[in-house]
Amino acid sequence: MLEKAFEGGKKYWAWLFFLGALSAVGVYYYIQQFQFGLGLTGMHRDVSWGLYIGQFTFLVGVAASAVMLVIPYYLHDFKKFGKIVILGEFLAISAVTMCILFIFVDMGQPMRIMNVILHPTPNSVMFWDSVVLSGYLAINALVGWVTLSADRKGVPPPKWIKFFIYLSIPWAVSIHTVTAFLYSGLPARHFWLSAVMAARFLASAFAAGPALLIILALIVRKISKFDPGKEAIQAIGKIVAYAMFANVFLLGLEFFTAFYSGIPGHAASFLYLYVGLEGHSELVPMMWTSTVLAIISLFLLVFPAARKKEGLLAFACLSLFISLWIDKGFGLIIGGFVPNPFEEVHPYWPTMPEALITLGVWAIGFLILSMLYKIAISVRERTAGIEIEH
Amino acid sequence: MSMDRRQFLKIAGISSILGFGASVASATHTIWEPGLKPPQVEPNPDGLIAKRWAMVVDMSKFKTDEDIKKVTTACHQTHNVPDFRNPDGTVDKKFEIKWIWEEPYERTFPGSENKFMSEHIKDMPFIVLCNHCDNPPCVRVCPTQATFKLPNGITMQDMHRCIGCRFCMAACPYGSRSFNWTDPRKAINPATENKAYPTRTKGVVEKCTFCTERLQVGKLPACVEAAPKGAMFFGDIEDPNSEVRKIVTSQLTIRRKPELGTGPAVYYVIGGSDHA
Repeated sequence: MLEKAFEGGKKYWAWLFFLGALSAVGVYYYIQQFQFGLGLTGMHRDVSWGLYIGQFTFLVGVAASAVMLVIPYYLHDFKKFGKIVILGEFLAISAVTMCILFIFVDMGQPMRIMNVILHPTPNSVMFWDSVVLSGYLAINALVGWVTLSADRKGVPPPKWIKFFIYLSIPWAVSIHTVTAFLYSGLPARHFWLSAVMAARFLASAFAAGPALLIILALIVRKISKFDPGKEAIQAIGKIVAYAMFANVFLLGLEFFTAFYSGIPGHAASFLYLYVGLEGHSELVPMMWTSTVLAIISLFLLVFPAARKKEGLLAFACLSLFISLWIDKGFGLIIGGFVPNPFEEVHPYWPTMPEALITLGVWAIGFLILSMLYKIAISVRERTAGIEIEH
Repeated sequence: MSMDRRQFLKIAGISSILGFGASVASATHTIWEPGLKPPQVEPNPDGLIAKRWAMVVDMSKFKTDEDIKKVTTACHQTHNVPDFRNPDGTVDKKFEIKWIWEEPYERTFPGSENKFMSEHIKDMPFIVLCNHCDNPPCVRVCPTQATFKLPNGITMQDMHRCIGCRFCMAACPYGSRSFNWTDPRKAINPATENKAYPTRTKGVVEKCTFCTERLQVGKLPACVEAAPKGAMFFGDIEDPNSEVRKIVTSQLTIRRKPELGTGPAVYYVIGGSDHA
């Protein structure tokens, strides 16, 4: 089946070449960073995690979102998702790969990465995060591959795969819960020390991931003969709308506790992000952009008339995706470090090499995604019209 | 217990399979490298020992900026802490590494200042360093046990095991940890480098170790030694007769952010009378 990834037209190869070139730029700057040290980035003593860890956190959510297709299809027998569920699983594979790469590029001593396995430390949430992420990658690779192979042969997938499909549901919840625990259990950081952190992570994941999936499904339909299904796309649109409302609600809870309690430490990071603190307002424009995009997307998603127009749906999904990328892939991480434990404001902004390494990792992720989707499309184009029964 | 040849071979065989062979061999000193001498593998008889090391700092005994600078310089030179500078001579904040340094009162104890407090108190300098917590969040989060507790209460850092994930820096409520954003050796003055203490590599986290290496040879921490008389005390807080214990028992002392449950082992004397 793998050979399908290498059979494509000129446009397909041009796209792969473009992504390959971006990845190469990222690799070039990573080598520079490897030689000089992480000082090549904008991070410093006070904001010691930045863009890389933000991307990691955001993408764990995208990966977990595959479960939003698996649950309706496999638990509720929602047949319309039969053709699209593979797109979710393959998106999860590429997202988890990006997560692992972002952790890798963020490490000061990447050659020592095996120390995490050589000295397993159950009291460290990071240890568990590496366990659940690698497990999730394996489960999705296995499930995606086995079900697609069966589809290609026109036979139902083997019964034993059901076990892994069901396992993927709690496992998806676990990857994002454990990732939230990286933050929400730290006594040092008021901004992250919140019991709703994991819930908020899941809500934003189940909004941003499926939103990306809608955009991808629309692209797949445009460039190939594989139609993931109009009704399936509309159904995902509803899931995105509910999840985004839950996310905004949970964010509202954070605001209430921070400001009604009046405890200065709880409000400080919110003030820094949304209005500026001690003369520093570097992130204010970004955070309001995120807020406005969130409102636009919710407005478009909540009215069925707007949601049913695929052009508007795509626009709503793109707005939502960018909004949550800013909120979770940037603001959430930086906000945790500002102000620092001395209540001083030391701003952070990524450097050009840091941005290009980040872009390079995204390019590698999309390269994997494009090749996996190419395989899925090839199989689906051959089996067009045949009902798939999993 | 007597043992015949057959029994001995049986036990020896099983134990070497289980890996006990190595410990038997080490007991007979045969696996030591020829260059290693007993002091490198056995505790120094002069070494200072404690059930729980702790520090007391009395800022009223530091009379001038010079007094504070002496303390921080003593530490940073002893431990080859790099000194990154901008071209204009100011500290390069981007790469800065700190083990012990000075912060004003309102930064050291955030939230405890008030509107009517004099500027003098708000700006009063305090010496800050790793608190060697009873319940350190940095140790809890480290995925490789590169930072860990010693039985004497010191929070240690293994710079050879650290993978540079910086989770400990996110977890420390005291900003006590620094990361080597680039090769620190570039910013160590060869003239003042302490050849007896290792330099670090890029990509690892480091911090104060309560001068573990000095305690092992019977010396007090470098900062305590360099401090004015009666300004810094170091000792076993579990020992009722130690200086640190007597001060903490008899006077009002405060610790940084005690409400977080970390149990800091650095106490600050408020009041400034004469001590033990």
